[in-house]
Amino acid sequence: MKALPFLLEIGVEEIPDWMIQPAVKQLGELFETLLKDNKLSGQVTSLDATPRRLVLRADGLPTRQPSSSDLITGPPKAAGENAAAGFARKLGVELSALKVITTPKGEYFACRRRTRGQATLEILSASLPELILKIYFPKTMYWKGKGSPRFIRPIRWLVALLGGRVVPFEIAGVASGRFSRGHRQLGKAKIRVQVSDYQQQLRDNCVLVSAGERQARIEAGLAGAAPDPSLLNTLVYLTEFPTPITGSFDEQFLSLPEEILVTVMRHHQKYFSVRNSDGSLAPKFIAVMNTKDDPEGLVRQGNERVLRARFNDARFFWDFDQQKRLADRVGDLAHVTWQAQLGSYLDKTRRMVGLVQELGGSEAAQRAALLSKCDLTTEMVKELTELQGIMGGLYARAQGEPESVWRAIYEHYRPLSMEDSIPSTLEGRLVSLADRIDTLRGCFAVGLIPTGSKDPFGLRRAAQGLVKILVEGRLPFRIGSLIGESGELREFLLDRIRYYFRDVRGFRYDEVNAALAAGWEDLVDAEQRLVALQAVRPTEDFEPLAASFKRIRNILRQAQFGGGAGVDESLLEPGPECALWEAFRAALAAVQAAGPDYGAKLKAVAGMRPAVDLFFEKVLVNAPDERVRRNRLTLLHGLLTEFSAIADFSEIVTQGNQTE
Amino acid sequence: MDSFQQILFKLKKYWADRGCIIQEPYDVEVGAGTMCPETFLRVLGPRPYRVAYVQPSRRPADGRYGANPNRLFKHAQLQVILKPSPEDVMDQYLRSLEAIGIDLRKHDIKFEEDNWESPTLGAWGIGWQVMLDGLEITQFTYFQQCGGVDLDLVPAELTYGLERLAAFLQGVPSVYEIQWAPGVSYGDVRFADELQFSVYNFEMADVPTLWKLFELHEKECQRLLNAFPEAPDKNRFPLLAAYDQVLKCSHLFNLLDSRGAISVTERVGVIARVRKLAVGVAQAWVDQNQAEVAA
Repeated sequence: MKALPFLLEIGVEEIPDWMIQPAVKQLGELFETLLKDNKLSGQVTSLDATPRRLVLRADGLPTRQPSSSDLITGPPKAAGENAAAGFARKLGVELSALKVITTPKGEYFACRRRTRGQATLEILSASLPELILKIYFPKTMYWKGKGSPRFIRPIRWLVALLGGRVVPFEIAGVASGRFSRGHRQLGKAKIRVQVSDYQQQLRDNCVLVSAGERQARIEAGLAGAAPDPSLLNTLVYLTEFPTPITGSFDEQFLSLPEEILVTVMRHHQKYFSVRNSDGSLAPKFIAVMNTKDDPEGLVRQGNERVLRARFNDARFFWDFDQQKRLADRVGDLAHVTWQAQLGSYLDKTRRMVGLVQELGGSEAAQRAALLSKCDLTTEMVKELTELQGIMGGLYARAQGEPESVWRAIYEHYRPLSMEDSIPSTLEGRLVSLADRIDTLRGCFAVGLIPTGSKDPFGLRRAAQGLVKILVEGRLPFRIGSLIGESGELREFLLDRIRYYFRDVRGFRYDEVNAALAAGWEDLVDAEQRLVALQAVRPTEDFEPLAASFKRIRNILRQAQFGGGAGVDESLLEPGPECALWEAFRAALAAVQAAGPDYGAKLKAVAGMRPAVDLFFEKVLVNAPDERVRRNRLTLLHGLLTEFSAIADFSEIVTQGNQTE
Repeated sequence: MDSFQQILFKLKKYWADRGCIIQEPYDVEVGAGTMCPETFLRVLGPRPYRVAYVQPSRRPADGRYGANPNRLFKHAQLQVILKPSPEDVMDQYLRSLEAIGIDLRKHDIKFEEDNWESPTLGAWGIGWQVMLDGLEITQFTYFQQCGGVDLDLVPAELTYGLERLAAFLQGVPSVYEIQWAPGVSYGDVRFADELQFSVYNFEMADVPTLWKLFELHEKECQRLLNAFPEAPDKNRFPLLAAYDQVLKCSHLFNLLDSRGAISVTERVGVIARVRKLAVGVAQAWVDQNQAEVAA
């Protein structure tokens, strides 16, 4: 059968850049599923997208589904000719087409019926509208009136070609066809395309369908620009035909802190900033146009003018904000809402200062906490919200606060993500902790608890940052003293702790379970136990021993044994049982002697393996003599609990007990 | 080079040629052209409508005493409503830029995601900010809901920032340098408003008086809304007058806000009070129009 190529282009008004990649990926998955569900061969061979189109190319599609044949069993032969005739009529076949088959239940009339596969074109035609509308977008709209289909933006054209033929369907009044559209300003509004010449036709109309090609075109013009992969990606999906241009700004603006200049360029204008070879900021920027050239320099001049106005504003804010010192703005925080039920930023600030004090923070740390939110009242932060914290730090520095104070303010929103670093000073860490603890306690107290993917107050991020600061800042605070001893917040935080160790730090999930089961009040300690556990894991004695611990736990559970008074040595049987007792005591002594060295402790525990193995091989725990049995259970119980302060070894998943 | 008023003439002509009626600005203070009844109420219900008007929009907190080259207490918006939105609405919009002399082949145009929402009006929509050579010149919105009501026909709303556009076209660094008409600058016409209203809004507006006015307008609006369900002849019921009261409340809220008179705890509550009125009028308006269609 002939194999056909397939092209689908969904023509849409400008899709938000950050939604495009997940959408086109999902389009591919949905299409693969469609092929599979309909027993159609072929596969998706490319997925492309620009702001105005999602494009799928598939190859190797058959003209129709394979035909199938199945055997339909009718009435028993004993039912006679009339029954057979009825059966044949029902199937719409001649009586002569029936045959008799022998089954375990006897002889039956039957008919082998061949079903011709449905044409691929028909299948696609019937399925594509639903498939397209199934693509998930975070926020959708309708455009043809109440009750009409929803999509990210209005669908304006559809190209669907199977080989040379249009796959006919319609969505919200738009019929599929063979006409695409070029670049809004530079291309034709109607382009007849074929599967084979689609990319070239669009290129001729100033649309680079491939994101890779657009990226290369931008990168070619980025010499000297500070690398910024996320901005680059934004621009790739904000343009159909990107062309970088370099503009410049007046050097006098370089007297402003570069954080401000870079933020204005990056966040507000989507420009790359440019650095000199010595790393300092150059009075230049690179803008990416969605057009092919700027022969008269109009676009450059326009962008320069916009940037000049923005920088003038920033300078005005910088000077204006300095007229009132941060320290004089604390009272103004009463007018800035933090959260309706939880009061103003003044309330929050007071609690943060108290927390920093409780955590043993220095005078400098407390002052940093006091001033940390004051920049929310500055014009600069009202305008450039991304700079909160950073502006506070810059103003504090300009106003003569010592480095221990201004740096702590500057860095107190760190880490912004799990890739970001934590504040570099103790003062900064304490202020950041206090901020996060206050947010978590407050929100949980009034029931603002994240559910599913909804987390409007960023509590997950707050909690993850808290964990990261405690662990990487080596701050051995008790979790209970930070967030209380019970309740949903503890569960929530435990989740984030697991996430941090597992997904951020890359520990295996069972190691994380084992270490945390032994306690997570002190995360610095938990991390050390986890590191030791990870190190001892590959040694040959460890996993078998872990398997034995699991066995011990099961035995104790089955016996419903909660612990005895102590091992009675007189009841121990010479041989393996005594040997285990000796090994246990030796390990215990070694663990105690190892002090804080968890590696050495675990090595000592792992050293018990031969004794444990021998015990289970030779000794029957459920001895007929009840006193002996209880004594053995006491021994095992001791073994399980004595070392559980390091990790719960029975949580370790080993080859042997994986399937239990 | 076109003067400010020449640019307005051309844009109005352009949209008039595309079936828009040209309205004059609404005569009650608003923060944006969207709040005028020509938009807020007309987008409701099943009747097609096309309108364009220039609306002076007052935002007390944005005042800068005439000292900032780009920020104004009162700026002019060209508001265009196309209900329902035509399929080629984006092309029509781009052609309007050509109509005022922007050669699109020589400039960079981008449509960047920017959804619009007005909590005070219970209204939201999906759309973009239109960037011309890095300058935001228009807000483009497909309305989805207004006064808490899902819209029958989805209108496209185009809001042009006229001072920005004019400063761009005339190549001047400050809005006050825009040539309004030959020999007359924007500053000549508008500077006094900017200065005096900044003084009033930030320094001299009497807070207790503003609160009293807010309550009076709120009460008057609520009185009308309460009377609507029992009104024997719905068609002649003055919902438009009730809506004026909403606009008064909204403006007074903005004034109180710029005076720093609305505390943390009050803020959300006051917004909710205005929204309740706006939603009330919107829903009554839908009822009124259904009654009219039925009659």
